[in-house]
Amino acid sequence: MSAPAVKDHPIHRRWIGQSMKRVEDPRLLTGRGKYIDDIVVPNMAHAAVLRSPHAHARIKKIDASKARALPGVLLVLTGAEAVEQTGPLPCFANPPVAQYCIAVDRVRHVGETVAAVVAESRYIAEDAVDRIEVEYEPLPVVVNPGDASTSKGDAVLHPDRGANNIAHQRTLTFGSYDEDMRSADVIVRRKVRWPRSGAQPMETVGAIASYDEGTRKFTIYANTSMYNYVGWLMAVSLKVPAHKLNIVPTIAGGSFGSKIFTHKVLVLAATLARACGRPVKYVEDRLDNMTSCDNHGSDRIYELELGLKRDGTMLAFGMKVIDDYGAYLQFGVGHHGNAAAQLTGPYRIKSARIDLTAVFTNKCQQGAYRGFGSEVNNFALERIVDAAADELGISPVEIRRKNFIQPEQFPYKIPTGNVYDSGNYGAVLDKALEMADYDGWRRRQAEARKQGRYIGIGLASCQERSVFSSTEFWFWNHEPGFALTSSPESVNIKIDPTGKAFVTLYSPFWGNSPETMATQIVAEQLTIDPSDIEITYADTDQGLMGTGPGGSRYTVMIAGAIAGAATDIKRKLFKIAGHFLEASEQDLELRDGRVSVRGTDRGMTIPEIALQAYYFRLSLPDDCNSGLDARFTYDHPYTTQPNADRTDLGVFYPIMGHMCHIPIVEIDIETGQLTYLKYVAVHDCGTVVNPMTLAGHVRGGTVQGIGSTMYEHFYYDEQGQLVTANFADYLIPTLKEAPPNIEVGHVVTPSPFTEYGIKGGGEGGRMGVPPALASAVEDALRPFGVKIDTLPITPMKIRDMIRAAQQRKG
Amino acid sequence: MEQVQLTLTVNGTRYSRPVEPRCLLSDFIRHDLGLTGTHVGCEHGVCGMCTVLIDGQTARTCLTFAVQVDGAEITTVEALGTPAKLHPLQQAFWEKHGLQCGYCTPAMLLTAVELLSNNPNPTRSEIGEAMSANLCRCTGYQTIVDAVESAAAAMKGEAR
Repeated sequence: MSAPAVKDHPIHRRWIGQSMKRVEDPRLLTGRGKYIDDIVVPNMAHAAVLRSPHAHARIKKIDASKARALPGVLLVLTGAEAVEQTGPLPCFANPPVAQYCIAVDRVRHVGETVAAVVAESRYIAEDAVDRIEVEYEPLPVVVNPGDASTSKGDAVLHPDRGANNIAHQRTLTFGSYDEDMRSADVIVRRKVRWPRSGAQPMETVGAIASYDEGTRKFTIYANTSMYNYVGWLMAVSLKVPAHKLNIVPTIAGGSFGSKIFTHKVLVLAATLARACGRPVKYVEDRLDNMTSCDNHGSDRIYELELGLKRDGTMLAFGMKVIDDYGAYLQFGVGHHGNAAAQLTGPYRIKSARIDLTAVFTNKCQQGAYRGFGSEVNNFALERIVDAAADELGISPVEIRRKNFIQPEQFPYKIPTGNVYDSGNYGAVLDKALEMADYDGWRRRQAEARKQGRYIGIGLASCQERSVFSSTEFWFWNHEPGFALTSSPESVNIKIDPTGKAFVTLYSPFWGNSPETMATQIVAEQLTIDPSDIEITYADTDQGLMGTGPGGSRYTVMIAGAIAGAATDIKRKLFKIAGHFLEASEQDLELRDGRVSVRGTDRGMTIPEIALQAYYFRLSLPDDCNSGLDARFTYDHPYTTQPNADRTDLGVFYPIMGHMCHIPIVEIDIETGQLTYLKYVAVHDCGTVVNPMTLAGHVRGGTVQGIGSTMYEHFYYDEQGQLVTANFADYLIPTLKEAPPNIEVGHVVTPSPFTEYGIKGGGEGGRMGVPPALASAVEDALRPFGVKIDTLPITPMKIRDMIRAAQQRKG
Repeated sequence: MEQVQLTLTVNGTRYSRPVEPRCLLSDFIRHDLGLTGTHVGCEHGVCGMCTVLIDGQTARTCLTFAVQVDGAEITTVEALGTPAKLHPLQQAFWEKHGLQCGYCTPAMLLTAVELLSNNPNPTRSEIGEAMSANLCRCTGYQTIVDAVESAAAAMKGEAR
């Protein structure tokens, strides 16, 4: 596929661009959301799970007799029993890593499912879990990712995949990297550690599965996504044909990536339902979720190098990165595919290298979390850019400005092969500096320092790639495996006989605003009032392809799909109206819900046309059949194949957003406490559909990013115990840790490749905070010579760094 | 397991039900009474999702046994307003974009009800102090404070 045609974007818009109140909200505000735990299926039973207390052990024996004897217990299922009916879970790695909904023979992390109980109530099920007796043979525990290459014998988690714990190793070089490094005046080097944190939405993952013996079909209600993309893979796990599994989406109480597939929970609930002959509800409790969820994020150790000319011109960026994937691979090493989409950030860097080692350890496997690995790359790149600025004596503002890709250079191909569609990075920087009163704060900072106060001004200018394509999941593989290239989104629009619009979406609500987005775009396209538009979500039985939200793609993708379907509907509206009005279709226009003959008052409203379309076949043009509806599947706007040797990964994430975050903080050096004096976040997400909800994503993502930067850490001790497996130890920012006012600004550089020029904005906040806030802390503590290369920067760590610096000084 | 007869008033309706002494109030409200607007987030008293009003005061129902509230008057989100006629706080959360996934919203609303009944004219800092009892993973909190501030103004106008 060559570059798509540049789209012409209409300037006059009625609904797109309005801060319309959300369509989703009235039912959520009144407690009528119907989340997964609110769904009741007749005769349903309840499941609870026994979780491994060991990080690595053989399961020698399970005695469930006491559990089975408990009144009210319907079923106890072990892995050995489950595997007779249900095969391994879907895995997107190649070669795959066998993972089961209940561990078979061996547990590989604390919290892995060892057995499951179904009972008349959750209380009884949990009582029964406590009565299951398991004999384990502990195996050597691997916690340190650095040990993976030397692991042997029983310390190897997956002996079928190799003789040690290296899951994947490959070096990709883009452009004349060695030559560029040789021609550099300076090579700045830095080690950076990004620890494991996770999405932790307030609602956990759940499923209610039933198996109908009559139709031999599963129905699963779940707060999942991607069911209309790859949901059939769960039928493969359950060993039934794909048409014998229907997945019905419920709304999700937050996801942030973590509910992108949730196959462990769905397949477990379905396996239990089939085995006990009753509908089974399984909803994770918080401990289940934290120890065994799909939302543990990246866990990386970087050795970075950036080659520059003495004047600050960047030439080449390279890294050795070890990523601790935990015990299994769900999405392969797709997170590093994602990072390659914007590897070199907003800068004109000529060449790059990634030396990747993904390893297995005895921890929960990684899943998806807002940024999917690109937020980590942003942190790494921006940290070394700051280091270069320090080393070369250039201001952090100027080193960035000097290296930005210029507006006239777009579309711009970066060394990895991905193409950025458009951008104006200087304008974003300027706006952020102005909103923050950057120069004013530099003066205030200097004055404050004289009074013994430590103010820090941070700055990060980074990318938010949006609208993922599917090649990122496999191009890292030595053997690509299933090398898919599609990631479409669909919509169905029906105008009913009374002129109301019924819009069907094929992906779920997971805390974003799909109904509001679809309503605004349909209203724009068909000039129908938003109050006349109804949005529903299709299950897999009714499903057209829908890749789902994630990768900041949904608004862009449904805008494309809606425009496609609306075009077909408008064609039919015009045809019928032209027939009745005895006018040529070229003379007609659609305005305010009415098709009229231009320059006259003659016309027909959409309800009038719809009534004819449904019930008066004999009055329609001969080649017009009854009804008024259209469906459209919109493909990713710009995907190309990677080349064979992976020196060019092709185009896979071209809709490129950008942001500049400027936090201004004060640190109390006695306590390590950080206070926000100002926080400015300027984003460019192209054309904005709803400024209010976009600002919501920016602010919410920013506070989530503050969590990743300052507080949150899935910390495994030497025995592989997750010691932060609850909300008292895993510290999510409360209102007190959030800046009181995150000032949001927008610069609009429309995408030439998408409908209306929209770009994605769902992940942005979290992708900008970590480097911005780290630089603010570093700046505040400059008198102590503190360098921030490891997260989270807890108050205790800040105190430790200050104390160490004071001791160095004597 | 042995059951105990529990009598209480929820949203103005009197209920008398047998419950196990170990039954959590959150489970009783959600599963026995079917009032699923009260959510459960962590079940160890940190996140605040399960907050309701017990005799007018906020409490975490995941840390309360149902039998502890015999004779009490409980208010859940279902008592506030309906989609057709929102409570001023619900209206303000809608207008100010004080919610995204909606999971923490019922708890936030009830916490705000308690705050405004004690202090009809709170400062932003007082709102922050009260609302910081509950986690929200979506909004970053700022618009929640905006919403409570706006509702306080609207409710004062109504009272006048």
